[in-house]
Amino acid sequence: MRVSIDAERCQGHGRCFTVAPTVFGFDDLGNGVVLVASPEGEGARLARLAEVNCPEHAITVEA
Amino acid sequence: MDGPVEDFATDWDHTDPRWVHDPYPIWDELRERCPVAHTERYGGAWFPSTHAGVSAVATDTEHFTSRTVVIGNGRPMEDAPPAPIGVAPPITSDPPFHQIARRLILPVFAPGPVRELEPMVRALCERLLDALEGATELDAATGYAQFIPPAVIIRMLGFPEADEDLFREFVHIVLEGVNLPVEQRIEEFAPIEAYLDAQIEDHRANPRDDLTSYLLGVEVAGQRLAIEHIRGTMILVLIAGIDTTWSAIGASLWHLASHPEDLARLVAEPELLAVAVEEFLRFYAPVTMARLVKDDVEFLGCPMKRDDWILLGFPAANRDPSAFPDADRFVIDRLENRHLAFGLGIHRCAGSNLARMELRVAIESFIARYPRFTLVDPEAVTWSQGQVRGPRSVRVRVG
Repeated sequence: MRVSIDAERCQGHGRCFTVAPTVFGFDDLGNGVVLVASPEGEGARLARLAEVNCPEHAITVEA
Repeated sequence: MDGPVEDFATDWDHTDPRWVHDPYPIWDELRERCPVAHTERYGGAWFPSTHAGVSAVATDTEHFTSRTVVIGNGRPMEDAPPAPIGVAPPITSDPPFHQIARRLILPVFAPGPVRELEPMVRALCERLLDALEGATELDAATGYAQFIPPAVIIRMLGFPEADEDLFREFVHIVLEGVNLPVEQRIEEFAPIEAYLDAQIEDHRANPRDDLTSYLLGVEVAGQRLAIEHIRGTMILVLIAGIDTTWSAIGASLWHLASHPEDLARLVAEPELLAVAVEEFLRFYAPVTMARLVKDDVEFLGCPMKRDDWILLGFPAANRDPSAFPDADRFVIDRLENRHLAFGLGIHRCAGSNLARMELRVAIESFIARYPRFTLVDPEAVTWSQGQVRGPRSVRVRVG
């Protein structure tokens, strides 16, 4: 699995690091950053959940 | 144009009593029949009711300006300071100035600083609940929710805590007087500006660790902020941080008071709260924001004219069945929830982390104290008029 955030699309809604705090963190402005780019197990499940909760469609999770 | 609305597709008015009372059936019908409604009121305005329509306008800063985001009777140039600052930066700013103004305030409302505020909010909620101890009936809106956001904002700005009532009055003036003549609006704003100027003077003389002193001290490209910018950002925090959040808290408690199965589930499964908060935000999204058309343009198939208003119905988008399965049903454990309660694009609510935290803590504290409560009189609940929707009174039986 490969997780990424499109920084151009991210507007700092904060859904990713709330849904999947082990996979995503945030910068000083509150924009999402990827902490673990290749999560496994529970992290992988949560990363997919973060993807479908991002209002800006900024997260990509590749299998 | 005035008087009651007969057809919301051609003559909508967000202050019409039917819209204020229950807008959802109106929006459902518009989505089916006329996805971008028009009105001649307010000098001409459009209302997209679909997720796609709202998203398209919200993310397009080329054709639409945020110079004024609250619909009024005045034409924008009459009551708005000139670009780029606008009335309340960054919400009233356009690119490229918008990014400068937004970067200034985002760190203040980022997740880290918001987490530090959580114990204060929790203690505040506990104090409010302690004060209600022993009552068998109470008002969850005016006796609880209403006190939370102003107390938080006053502490962030570093204003006297005794001024909370004054704060709520200011917010009411700004948000609910939209249909008043422009001269009266300006007159009503005067005491707000005078109050803010007095606070600014006090902070200049006695700088301290708060948002006001931060705005006074921060520099952009080696320059301090213009006084209009400082005052404007204070107005933004005041109007965007108070009525909105207490509306969300009030609507959530209203829902729990009228849906015992959801209340019981949340009491039994407190870990569900973070997910439930997003559904409260989707289902009862309190905020609609406006844009102005920059120049004549054909958009969403409509002939939009320069200075026409667009009302961005984020709450309507959140009920669009093409974007959410069972959109008209409150699903407390909805795991996929790309709602637009905080907007979309570069104007995403800068205080969303703070609002979420306040909402979560306010609900958590209330249901911990009162695991069972019901509405005293469902018919007695009235909802606010304007661009922020919330119940003005939620009387509940707790005993």
